[in-house]
Amino acid sequence: MKRILQLLAVLVLLAAGTTWLATGANRGWTKTSRPNGTVDEVTGIMDQTPVNCFVAGVDFLGAAALTSGILAGASFFFRNKKQNQP
Amino acid sequence: MTRLKLKKQLETPHVVSYILKAPSHINHHTKMKLTNLIALLSLATAVYAAPQSFDFKDPKGVNNAVFKLDAPLESINGSASGISGTVSFDPENPAATTGKIVVVAESLTVPNPMQNGHMHSDKWLDVAKYPEITFEAKSLKNVKTEGDVTTADVTGTFTLHGVGKEITAPVKLTYLKNKLSDRVPSLKGDLLVIRANFVINRNDFNIQKGQFEDKVADNIDLSLSIAGASAK
Repeated sequence: MKRILQLLAVLVLLAAGTTWLATGANRGWTKTSRPNGTVDEVTGIMDQTPVNCFVAGVDFLGAAALTSGILAGASFFFRNKKQNQP
Repeated sequence: MTRLKLKKQLETPHVVSYILKAPSHINHHTKMKLTNLIALLSLATAVYAAPQSFDFKDPKGVNNAVFKLDAPLESINGSASGISGTVSFDPENPAATTGKIVVVAESLTVPNPMQNGHMHSDKWLDVAKYPEITFEAKSLKNVKTEGDVTTADVTGTFTLHGVGKEITAPVKLTYLKNKLSDRVPSLKGDLLVIRANFVINRNDFNIQKGQFEDKVADNIDLSLSIAGASAK
């Protein structure tokens, strides 16, 4: 159980770090939308209608680090299995 | 056409009277020609110079207001799309422009969902209690027109979070004659594009007055880009 929790802690950190890097290594807040960005050809106005997206931010990394820390901390409540003596 | 009938129909009695009383060396035939010409010019000007009412509820949903304010980690950038309103604009007399633009407060959005929730809550914009943000234009000054583009300083009342404040902001009005059908093929008419940029201070509108100044800037940059239609 100890090993499982520690492994989970590492996996959560790795997954969050990979996601953060893959979505642009954003050093701001997590974003779940962005402006459409198309320009109306008659008026020249840029469409700002939000379009769904996901860009992980430092709050996402922070939440992952916290989860990982909780899992790793919980692992210390479990003892290592005693190995059989020859 | 007799002198009296012409005077009544044209409703330009002063000009017509002046011509009809012109010196006698100008013959009657010439006087009538001049009078008719002035009549035609008056009618043409009257038709062209009438102020038009432009509706800013955009069927394409492109009209927007963008806002930006500084914060420690990164600047907060958002937009609002729920825009409507009416502006009265006369291409021959842009200085007489008046109107009111309304933004639905709930349509303000930022990319971070938690910030979005905070912004709408009763601690900040309180969109439930103050559902609309409005700007009512009263007058234009420093009006300059080049072709279809008019720039001016517009003065009016900006109402946010239940507080109204008179502000003056630079504005650019672009009159696009007969371009409505390019946007909405089933309609004929004109377009009026309004662009304005100005800065407000949230403290003036009692938005967390004096609070969180280390987390959210007091000054908010606003940028308006909207197009209104006047259907014929």
